[in-house]
Amino acid sequence: MTLGWYLAVSAIIFSIGVGGVLVRRNPLVILLCLELMLNAGNLALVTFARMHGGEGGQIFALIVMVVAACEVTVGLGMIVAISRRNLPVDVDELHELNG
Amino acid sequence: MSPTTWGWLVLLFPLIGTVSIGVGFKRWGRAAGVIGTTAIALSFVCAVGALISLLGKPEHGRELTSSLWNYAASSGVDAKLQILVDPISVFMILVVTGVSTLIHLYSTSYMKSDQGYARYFAYLNFFVLSMLVLVLGGNFVMLIVGWAFVGAASYLLVSFWYRRETATKAGIKAFVINVLGDVGLVLGTFFIFRHTHTVSFLGSFAAAPHVFHTDSTDLVAGCLLFLVGAFAKSAQLPLHTWLPDAMEGPTPVSSLIHAATMVTAGVYLIVRLHPLFQLAPTAGEVGAIVGCATLLVAGSIALVVTDLKRVIAYSTMSQIGYMIMGASAGAYSAALFHLMTHAFFKALLFMAAGSIIGAMAGDQSLDRMSGFKKAMPFTFACFIIGGLALSGIPPFSGWLSKDDIIAYLNNRGGIYEVLGILGYVGALMTGLYTFRMIFRAFFGEPSSEAKELEHGHIAHAHAPTNPMTGELEDNDVGFPGPEHVIAERELPMQVAMSLLAALAVVGGLFQIPGVDHVIQNFLSPALANAPLAGPAHEPSNGSAWIGLIVGAVIGLVGISVAFGIYIARPGTSARLQARMPAIHNFLVHKWYFDELIDHVVVRPALTLGRFAEGVLDRIVVDDGVTGGVSSAVRSGGAAVRRAQTGFLRYYAAALIFGLSLVLLYFLISST
Repeated sequence: MTLGWYLAVSAIIFSIGVGGVLVRRNPLVILLCLELMLNAGNLALVTFARMHGGEGGQIFALIVMVVAACEVTVGLGMIVAISRRNLPVDVDELHELNG
Repeated sequence: MSPTTWGWLVLLFPLIGTVSIGVGFKRWGRAAGVIGTTAIALSFVCAVGALISLLGKPEHGRELTSSLWNYAASSGVDAKLQILVDPISVFMILVVTGVSTLIHLYSTSYMKSDQGYARYFAYLNFFVLSMLVLVLGGNFVMLIVGWAFVGAASYLLVSFWYRRETATKAGIKAFVINVLGDVGLVLGTFFIFRHTHTVSFLGSFAAAPHVFHTDSTDLVAGCLLFLVGAFAKSAQLPLHTWLPDAMEGPTPVSSLIHAATMVTAGVYLIVRLHPLFQLAPTAGEVGAIVGCATLLVAGSIALVVTDLKRVIAYSTMSQIGYMIMGASAGAYSAALFHLMTHAFFKALLFMAAGSIIGAMAGDQSLDRMSGFKKAMPFTFACFIIGGLALSGIPPFSGWLSKDDIIAYLNNRGGIYEVLGILGYVGALMTGLYTFRMIFRAFFGEPSSEAKELEHGHIAHAHAPTNPMTGELEDNDVGFPGPEHVIAERELPMQVAMSLLAALAVVGGLFQIPGVDHVIQNFLSPALANAPLAGPAHEPSNGSAWIGLIVGAVIGLVGISVAFGIYIARPGTSARLQARMPAIHNFLVHKWYFDELIDHVVVRPALTLGRFAEGVLDRIVVDDGVTGGVSSAVRSGGAAVRRAQTGFLRYYAAALIFGLSLVLLYFLISST
């Protein structure tokens, strides 16, 4: 099995994540899809690291995981705040920031 | 001490005076007059010191410069804070400080009941300082600085009684016309600087013969622009209209402006720049013609003006016309000689006029004055001496000095001879208007004020009014103050007037054809390179004496005509007015110069301004430029605003779309 398959899987997962972010209305699911995109990126990073034989990519993947954890914390915090204020848990309803 | 050290001291004392009085005006009170007078007197002492130490130098070494620091040194400009001490400037500082000292002394009495006493002396010292900077400045920049200072000081003093609307208007008029002259002076300097590459006087004069040929265009243009400056400052046609209006200032200020510190600046300018004017005879001719026209116009207006101070003002214009005519023609020492004697008798005449105005409770109209001879003997004597000197009657000073100019003109020949003969016409009018003034104010039936004064009471108006308009005004600021002064009761005024009267009598003895040439000999080192001032153009003693006799006869004829009209056959003047209403009207309206300037300059400028406001400002700038920019930004913003929907998915899609494009670009460009 060549490394190209790993990249293909990474691309597919990334595309699924993009699709989810674009079409879903529930912020929780959007957050999940963002995670998918990040992990697709991680997979690509690890693959490239393997391809070039260095450790940099693998370390970078670990850092991305940390950032992803932070991001999820902030995102979940916002979702909790939204539901506490009895606002609709739907990103299309929350569009007051228009021009 | 060297002459330049004395020169700096001459500048220092009025500076100390004006700053200390100005800063401490609340503390000094009455002492302000003493400080101001002392400062100018010390300055005069230093001017005498400069004279003595200059005379101690050999003749070829009497042009000394000294600079304190660089004033504005940048690429190619060498402007230093520099003074030039030479016979011309020493002559001027002697006249300026000497006469100013006496005027300060006179003012200590004249202004004593004025609320703005300290302010007055601060301004007065500043005025003298400005004039001294003007005459001592060693380069064009210092000259321009002094020139502009004099204009500013004259504004401050003409509108000194600032609650009087006529006074503030007159001050603004004087300032605006003077600024016109400043512009001429600055532009003229550029014309010269462009070729000589230096702003210092001596450097420019040395370079001028090498970079200019006779009557080269730039030189003539520069000299004509200098003449514009001189005309504005010295009240020559057509920039003279500020001078009669400047009579709104206190009388000692008029005296200062006319005798020492202001109107003589134009004459000084031409004499100072004589090496340039020598190379531009065309400009000299223009100056001489304008000077001659001014002396005739001013003399004719003075025949009909009924305001005492304005008669003297027009006579100043006329006398300055002689000086400008002489200086432009090349009679430098004669012009400066007349400048000096004129300073003496004109200061005297104004002081005497101030005394009469005090007795008239601020009224300046000749129509209301009469018969003051008995009530004010001292003022009368001073007025007679000043009037005889002004009319050019022997042996008074004006006789020798004015005819010195005319003799030079007649000797020079050509167009100048015509101007010289017209100068005699002016002399006839001088005698006539001077003694018209004297006969009307001092002779005849005593007016009520004069009668009261004969019984020892000075007339006081029931309510203070503006003498020009008759409007009521408050007593806080402005003459007549609560107390009026006349020379008969004030020692400082008497001292100042007596000294000036003595000088007006003997001032002419400095220069008598065939006897002595003190002034000419003193000035000759500074005029060494001026062929026009050389002996070739000097009138012979015989012709000079013929001129003197003719001048004296003409002056006497003028006086006797005045005697005939106003004393021998009273009523002649009214008959003449009735017979020639058109001419009288023309003269009363001052040859319609104010109206002419109003129509030619003021109204078109107003129309242009309204057009600029209505069309350029409102439509082009407001609606077009600023309005256009703001509406473009607003509509651009409205267009872009639609992209901001607030839907998260659109932003994400835009982001991903953009990223994909970037990715695609790199993929394509890498293969």
